[in-house]
This record gives sequence, C-alpha cells and structure tokens, in this order.
Amino acid sequence: MATLLEVVDLATYYATPGATIRAVDGVSFTLAEGEVLGIVGESGCGKSTLGRTVLRLVEPTGGSIRFLGEDITKLDRRAMVRRRRNMQVVFQDPFGSLNPRHRVGEIVVEPLEVHGIGDARSRAARVSELLVLVGLPPDAAGRYPHEFSGGQRQRIAIARALVLEPKLLIADEPVSALDVSIQSQIINLLAELRVRLGLAMLFISHDLSVIRHVSDRIAVMYLGRIVEIASTAEIFDRPTHPYTQALLSAVPHTDPARRRERILLSGEMPDPAKPPSGCAFHTRCRHAMPRCSNERPALAQRPIEGGSREVACYLY
Amino acid sequence: MTTAAPAAATTILPPRRLIARTLGAPGAVAGSIILAVLVFGAIFAPLLSPFDPNATRVCPRLAAPSFTHFFGCDLFGRDIFSRILYGARLSLAVGLLTVAISLVAGTIFGMVIAFLGGRVDRIGVRLLDVMLGFPAIVLAILIVAVLGVGAFNAALAVGISGIPRIARVIRSATLTLVGREFVESARAVGASQTRILRRHLLPNLLPIVIVLGSLDLGGAILSTATLSFLGLGAQPPTSEWGAMLSAGREFMRYAPWTMIFPGLALFLAVMSVNLVGDRLSHVLDPRASGHG
Amino acid sequence: MAEAPLLAVESLSVAMGVTPVLEDVSFRIAPGETLGLVGESGCGKSVTALSIMRLLPNPPGRIIGGRILFDGTDMLSLDIGALRAIRGDRIGMIFQEPMTSLNPVYTIGDQIGESLIFHRGMNGRTARSETAKLLDLVGIPAARNQLDRYPHELSGGQRQRVMIAIALACRPRLLIADEPTTALDVTVQAQILDLIGRLRHELGMAVLLITHDLGVVAEFCDRVAVMYAGRIVEEAPAAQLFKQPRHRYTEALLHTMPAANPPGRKLPSISGTVPAPADRGEGCIFAPRCGFAIPRCANELPPLTEPPHRLRCWNPA
Repeated sequence: MATLLEVVDLATYYATPGATIRAVDGVSFTLAEGEVLGIVGESGCGKSTLGRTVLRLVEPTGGSIRFLGEDITKLDRRAMVRRRRNMQVVFQDPFGSLNPRHRVGEIVVEPLEVHGIGDARSRAARVSELLVLVGLPPDAAGRYPHEFSGGQRQRIAIARALVLEPKLLIADEPVSALDVSIQSQIINLLAELRVRLGLAMLFISHDLSVIRHVSDRIAVMYLGRIVEIASTAEIFDRPTHPYTQALLSAVPHTDPARRRERILLSGEMPDPAKPPSGCAFHTRCRHAMPRCSNERPALAQRPIEGGSREVACYLY
Repeated sequence: MTTAAPAAATTILPPRRLIARTLGAPGAVAGSIILAVLVFGAIFAPLLSPFDPNATRVCPRLAAPSFTHFFGCDLFGRDIFSRILYGARLSLAVGLLTVAISLVAGTIFGMVIAFLGGRVDRIGVRLLDVMLGFPAIVLAILIVAVLGVGAFNAALAVGISGIPRIARVIRSATLTLVGREFVESARAVGASQTRILRRHLLPNLLPIVIVLGSLDLGGAILSTATLSFLGLGAQPPTSEWGAMLSAGREFMRYAPWTMIFPGLALFLAVMSVNLVGDRLSHVLDPRASGHG
Repeated sequence: MAEAPLLAVESLSVAMGVTPVLEDVSFRIAPGETLGLVGESGCGKSVTALSIMRLLPNPPGRIIGGRILFDGTDMLSLDIGALRAIRGDRIGMIFQEPMTSLNPVYTIGDQIGESLIFHRGMNGRTARSETAKLLDLVGIPAARNQLDRYPHELSGGQRQRVMIAIALACRPRLLIADEPTTALDVTVQAQILDLIGRLRHELGMAVLLITHDLGVVAEFCDRVAVMYAGRIVEEAPAAQLFKQPRHRYTEALLHTMPAANPPGRKLPSISGTVPAPADRGEGCIFAPRCGFAIPRCANELPPLTEPPHRLRCWNPA
C-alpha cells in the first residue's frame, strides 16, 4: 500500500530553565494508508510528544514529516491549517478535550466551520450522520458534554475528529481513562471505523494488551527513541530488545498461560533532561556490555535467529 | 498556583437557576432588595423626586428634614431627597461604566498575553506590575489630572486604574485553560487564533469576569465618589453623592443631614452590591457548588 | 476458614447522604492472607476501604449498618483516640496517588518517623535510624542520604515506596492498598507489587488490595471479591475465579479484556452502563445488562452463597 506518512529523524526538544529535554530524539518510521501503528512506552518516553509533533501541535526541533508526499514541517500556518483536514487527533481525557461551554453539535460541527465546508443545513445533516456513526443518539447534538459519561464523551471526540474524513487519526491514549467494560466498546468502534473509512492510525498507548489488539505494527519507545519496531505478532511472539522483553514481562495477566517470566528492571526511567550516554537503556539492562555505555546503537535491520528485526541493540 | 482560575471547572447554570441559587442566602436577599430599591429610584428619579434636584431655594437653606423635604435641604435650598435620587442615577451609571472599562480592557489584555505567551506575555506582565505599583487612587488622580475633571473622566480614570488587577486574574485563568486539551483540539482541527480566543477561551472566562465585575462594582462606586469628594469628579451643580458629601462637610455640626443621607446612600449602594457580588462568586465558584 | 479472621466485615452498608452506595458487603481476611477487591469505578471498593479505617468523610458518608471486626475489636464502636491508635499501627494504608498523600513541606524521614514517634513512643534519634532501615527495606538505596529529601525530589515509584515505608513503619498486621500501582508505569508496577509481596511474607501481614486491574489481582491475590454497584457479586480463590468465573458480570468483564481476545477480533462488550446508585432496582443490579437474565433476576435479589465460592446470581455459568 502507498505510504501515507513518513517521519525521518524527527526531534522535539523542550527548553526548560537549566536544561534541554529531548522528548523526541531522532525518530523515524513510515505509516501506510489504512495501517495502524501502535506506539508503546512508559510515561516520559516521548510518545505523546511524538503524536503532537506529527500534527505540528508542537513544533519539531529537527527532522522531517512527509504527509502524502509533502514535507509539512516547512509549511506556514495557513497552509498547515489546510493539511489538518486530513490529519486529526483524539486525546486521552474525554473530560478535558471537549469545551464544556459548547453543545455537542457545536463541538462536532466546528471542523466543518473552520474549513468552510458546506452550508448550515448540510453541516447539521453531517453532524447527525456522525453522531449515529459513533453510536450516539442524534438528539445528543443539543446537549452539553457534562451530561454524558466518559465513554460517550470519547465517542463525541471521535465524531469531531472524523467529521472531516481525515486519512490519518492520531489516537493518544484514547481508552486509558475509561473503565474496562467501556474500553472494549471504544476499541471496537475505532476498529470498525478504521475499516469503514480506510483510516490510518497512530495509536499511542501505555497499555500493551490494547496496543496488541488494535495495531498492525508496533514501535516501542524508550527515552525519546524507538528501540524496536516490528509487526504485532513478531513483537509479542519474539521481543528482541531487552526493554521490550522487560515491558512485556511486566504485564499482569489473568490467564496463567499468558504469563511470562518476569524481568524486574532495577531503578526507573532516567531523567530525559540528563539521558545516559550510549544506549539510554544500558543503566537498567541486564545484558549491558561495555560498548553500550559509550556508543548508541542505531535502529536498523539486524539479524536475529531465523530472520531479521529492526531493533536498536548491540546484542544482534 | 491555580487558585485564581475557577473557570476551568465552573458548572453551567441556566440563568433562572443561577438567580435562584444566588438568592439562596439571607445576605444576598437583603442586598438584592436594597439594590432593587436604589435602581428603581435611579430609573424613576424624575417621577419620584418631589422637586427639581437643581432648583435652588425650594426650601429654606439647610432646613431640617420634614414631611415636605424628607432628607432636609442643602446650603442652596435644594431638596436633598431629590438630589439623592438623581445622584443614584449618576453613581450607579458611573460605577457600571467604570467596571465595564476595567473588565473589557483587562479581560482582553490578560487573555491575549496569556494566549500568545512567550515574549508578549513577559512584557505584558511587566507592564501590569508597573501599573500595580501605583496605588489605584493615585493613578486615578494622575489620569484625571491629564484628562481634566468630570464624572465621565473620573469613571475612565478609575476604570483604567482597575485594569491591571483584572488582567492579572484573567491571565492566570487563561493560562490554565490554554493547557487544557480542548484548546489543543481546536488547534488540531485548524481553528485560527482569533477563533480560539473568541469561541473557546472567552466563554470559559465569562463566569470569572462576572464575578470580578460584581466584586468590583462596589469599589468602583466608592472610588468615583471619592474623586468627586476631592473635587476631581462630577462638578457642581450635578447631584452626585461624593460631591454632596464634600459640600455638606462644613455644616456637619448643625446640619448633619447634608452628610448623613448621601453617606447612607453610598454605604447602602456599596454594601448591597458587595453582598450580591459575594454570593454570586460563591455560586459560580465550582469548589463551593453543591453546598450552595 | 478454620483460623479466626483478622478482619471480618459483616453486612456493611454505607450511604452518601440518602443514597446507598454500599449494601450488605461481607468478607473476611485471615492473618497473612491477600484478598483482592476488584470492580469498575463507582462500584464502592474505595468506600469499603475508607469505611474499614473509619476515614469516610462524614458528611456525606455514613455507615448505616453492619459490623467491622478487626482482630476481634468492633471498629465501629471505637472512639477517635482508639481508632488513631490502630490506624498506622496495626492497620497500614497506601493510596493511589503518592504525591498528594505525602506532605510536601516535610522531609520523607520526618514523615516516616512521625508514625514511629506517635505509635511506638520512640525518640527522634531511634526513629531516624529505624526510618533508615525501613527505607532500605522498601528498596530506596543509600537510605540515610535520602532521609532529608522532600517528596517532590523523588520519582513516582520512589514516592510509592516511601508511602509503603510509612504504612509498614509499625509492622501492621493488615495493609490496605487502594489502587497502589494505578498511577505507575507497568515496569514500576511490577517492582512495587514484587516489593509488597516480599514484605508480606517477611512480616506475615495480610493485604487488602483494591484495584480495577484484573491482571494485578490474578497474579497477586489469594482470593478475589468482585464488586458491582455497591455489592459483592462473587468471591472465590483467585485461580478458580479467573479460570471459571461463575457470576455473569465477572464472566463478561473477563471476556471484554483485549488480552483475552485474539488481536483484531471484535471484543465482546457489556451493553449499557452501571446504574446510578439511586436507580438500582429490586432484583439483581446487573440484570438489565446481563445476557443470561431470567425473569426472576429482575424482581428478586439473589442472596450471596456460602464460601469457598460465594456467588450472588440466579443463573450462574
């Protein structure tokens, strides 16, 4: 399938008093049309900043973002606004991402108004269509967000994101704030819409079982970098990076058969303002070699037993 | 850090319920009644006042209160009751104008610098700090000195001197709103800066603006009266409470009514406005809702 | 259970104002045992924990019925002085958000030591050396240097370790852990659960673990009680409950988990939402959302059966 998004060596640094935080530090990946790429990692790994940078809600410090063949990092504000028709976002917090003083109808119609699409009547029709599509009653348009539950509010946010028929949806922890039984409804909805609308998605989450369920491929991030990227089956059947292995082993399962031998990491993720030299993971890695603290392994196709894997580790 | 920003979670109350909730405390009921009487008197002053407020010699100079002249008469033989009714018009109007000036300018200023951030914000905050460094009334006197005396200029002066305080509160409230995801979400759909300011930030700031306005109105009435008292506001023969107080102070000993009634009017106006304002801020503050 | 229970909650009912939020909640924890209390938000699991400690904000919270027996003492009959002597001494508690549970203006050494001085009557110096030992115990390295640090200087995982040190300072017989790892990353969660598990064995304490995470409960607890809308609907040994859930709610909840389904497949979901406390009907509260409801379910509240596999269902799996 055709490439929709190509991110090359993307970097986003934040200047704070006294330090520069390298939230995203040289990330490259591609996303095909209609594909779902899961971005997984723990807090502070830069996955949310990555999503926002791809949308240019946060300005990149370096690197390029090619969307539909065009480098969007150089576009001025007005040109960028036009591209936003094709790339939308759903955030984690369904209570913070909807303006509490707007009715649901106003929230969903706003993208159409901003882009000057249709007249009042066709917009209203489109809004009802979207509300039905995401499983809300059409009369929801006249009510305020606070009248809805968390799951329903996430449906409203999805309707708003899809009203422009984007080609790319960035879903930033879309189900993390929801209860288990509501999570499955929203995951199903996203999966269904993906097929129906041919959506490509960057699905950002810390929850490995959710990521596994929705993604075609998975990128594992640690301290601003991708350490391993492969198909979902490959990652789960055979994690190769020591961090991926530890991450997978830490997930508690209800089914004893699914449990992996736990690899307890020592310490916690280092401060992104003072990343370790060499491989950022070497301070917690049980396989660390002298080389790991001096040189940084590049993310590249490396031979593994019976094949190859795109992984950033000197073990391979 | 976010104490000055109740907007983030203010509940949305329809106007009727807002009024019902506001009147849910005895102080607010008393305040509303007094305020209603004053507003009624101000609006219908021409019908209610028994005499022309500026007509001299309608009664003996400094005559004591009587059945024809409820509040007595001043040095020029003018009926004090009529002058207080007309004074209510001026005091309330000037008070509202003053607050409107502070609110509109302060809100726009605070909202815009917080939204644009970076250097604009830093310079804006410096500017506010410099303005806040002057005592408000000194600043107001300075402005009147430049613009000249008069009721309107007094309103302008007090209004301008109130801007920095409003702007500070609105700025910090805006900062917490800007960090909320719905603002980012508006950006993500391609909304312009002005659209975000107008459609997303302003409606969420309105409850704070209303509260600030209602809390400031009393002070504004008092400050403009002070300027008039000092001879910098409304000029004779305009009937204005502050000016009346000033004119009466020479006769305080033997014609106390020349000061008592304008002073009482001023006191009641300020107190009633404050009582209602306090209650309104309590009702609109989400941390207080549920117990109101 | 042959052994006398350490904690016995009997028919506990709690109301918020006039709305009942907990109804007829009963469970027991034996000395050294770990019981998991699971359910979705609003099911009443945290209210249960706060009620045991008598920490429920009143008003609006009010215990309207039942008994809470800790080591034979009726917690509901104790005065505030006697309660304080138990809290933090024989029952320790840790909460979800370690940042807000720690006082930002005191050093962690002071906060851990406070409990030792209050409950054990130690002087400052002995409390300090004991505190250093506790920090070692919870895996904060170079403990003595850490005593004088403030909460904001620590990471989330370290703060939770400090909370655990405070809870364990007096070697309690029961630890109540309310969502102790929910705010933490999965690798840090693994560290903290491992720590609590080890300390449990070393100190022989019982644990009441409250969480929404079924996986955590499955791996950590001896027994599990599932709550739904203010009631316990099922309780069984963990392995048995997760292998063969019998209540239809437990079953449905396990089936909706992404991990229980092949990737990409449509997830089973539970229709509708949890009813508000005021809208709980006569019969089984889950009946309106249940795929296996029979006529009886809507009208008659099923009773909770006896151990070892307790169940509140008319038509179990």
